[in-house]
Amino acid sequence: MVNDWVYIGLFILISLFLPAAAILIAGWLAPKKPNKIKNSTYECGIETVGDTWVQFRVQYYIYALVFLVFDVETVFLYPWAVAYRQLTLFAVLEAVVFLLLLAGGLIYAWKKGALQWN
Amino acid sequence: MTFWTDPIGLLDAWLFAVLTGWGLPADVSRIILYILGGFVLATGAMVFTVFLIWLERKLIGRFQDRFGPNRVGPFGIFQTVADMLKIFTKEFITPDGADLIPYNLAPILSVAGVLFVWAVLPFAINMLGVNLNVGVLYVVAAGAIGELGMILAGWGSNNKFALIGAFRAIGQMISYEVPMILTLLVPVMFTGSMGLNDIVKAQNPWFVVVAPLAAFIFFISQVAENARAPFDLTEAESELVAGFNIEYSGLKFGMFYVAEFLHAFTISVLFAVIFLGGWLGPGAEKYPWLGLLYTMIKTTVVFFTILLMRAGLPRFRIDQVMDLNWKLFTPLAIGILIVTAVVDKSLALFTPTIRVLGLLAANLVMLLVTLRFLKIFAQKKRRPLVVPSASTELPDDISEVLL
Repeated sequence: MVNDWVYIGLFILISLFLPAAAILIAGWLAPKKPNKIKNSTYECGIETVGDTWVQFRVQYYIYALVFLVFDVETVFLYPWAVAYRQLTLFAVLEAVVFLLLLAGGLIYAWKKGALQWN
Repeated sequence: MTFWTDPIGLLDAWLFAVLTGWGLPADVSRIILYILGGFVLATGAMVFTVFLIWLERKLIGRFQDRFGPNRVGPFGIFQTVADMLKIFTKEFITPDGADLIPYNLAPILSVAGVLFVWAVLPFAINMLGVNLNVGVLYVVAAGAIGELGMILAGWGSNNKFALIGAFRAIGQMISYEVPMILTLLVPVMFTGSMGLNDIVKAQNPWFVVVAPLAAFIFFISQVAENARAPFDLTEAESELVAGFNIEYSGLKFGMFYVAEFLHAFTISVLFAVIFLGGWLGPGAEKYPWLGLLYTMIKTTVVFFTILLMRAGLPRFRIDQVMDLNWKLFTPLAIGILIVTAVVDKSLALFTPTIRVLGLLAANLVMLLVTLRFLKIFAQKKRRPLVVPSASTELPDDISEVLL
């Protein structure tokens, strides 16, 4: 059990190491001849205007909020799903009520126009 | 325990004996073996990608009535090796004003996020990294790391197109994670465990038979999360040049490329494992090599389907992608979860055949209801045709249109 997590931890380190090592080797092999034109921002040949980190549409933020609500609530359902085999019909119906609340939240967001892309 | 019944266990026991024979403590030997195993698995995945890229280019070429790569080696099979050698010697061009830490971290995280998943994929009954008891949750969490790589790439590049592409990518990907997580609950429910190997063992019959709609939603969500055609808005060439990876060159760009192809294969394995019975098949319990063969056959079928979608379907618009997810898949996934849970529990006392038939019937009813709803809404929601007039002005700032 603990051994499993040791393996996962080591595997994560290895997965990070492999691409990093490849990029380091390539950086060592590759030529380095930077110049002003080459390093300029590529926006179809037009000089870039103003700051890059502009204000972005609030729509993305709303989607992120809705996502967060659903993601967090769904994670609560995983223990229920694992225990599903041992549960009675009543316990299943309780989870259904929880899911209906989730659906209610979705309908609320929908009616509020949070899911409208324009 | 022979080579044919447990090859990895055999190798592991032999190496363990060798290492402890050298006088190393048991714990240290174990950790060395873990590192060795992890290296073999991760490197194997990366090397396998080389073959995958060739296969995809060849097949897409055939779909488009071309030959595809056919110069280097038989059938052009060494084309990707040649490309790889070339890309290793290409210059890294770092754009002015790039935020260097996110900029350099992004390609590493993109590949690593896909590789993480390989730690838990069961290729045969005893050919797997580890049968983690929270495997499904781990897969979902690892998938999010790749998205982090994308937003870092967009943010760090100091380029408006990259930033817009990254915003779109993240908007699309986090959205499609919701139905994916919801439908993943169905196999977990049937199995009573989140370990991927346990999920494979519990598939009698395959979960695609008892939960076809969940399988469909999971499949489409995974393709959308991989951002391939028809969901490749993140790199819509005609609008955003290349999307979030526009400012990358050399192997840093190559890493995004590797991540995409490896991701496509990883989702094929995941789908085969979770819904198509993984290594299950005649004789697979006894001879893991046979199980590996079954996994690969199933995976190849799924991978081919993904390629067919990429070759055959036009790109969606961003609002269509979002509507498909939030207004169809998410409500449908919640509905599937409710119906499956209730139907399965009510039929628990009957024979397995009746249970399977009941679940199938429930899925069919849900499909018909959904199609009916879609028809009603489709008639209501035709977009009015916009006729461009002569006085239509272009906005001054292109980012207003795209954002």
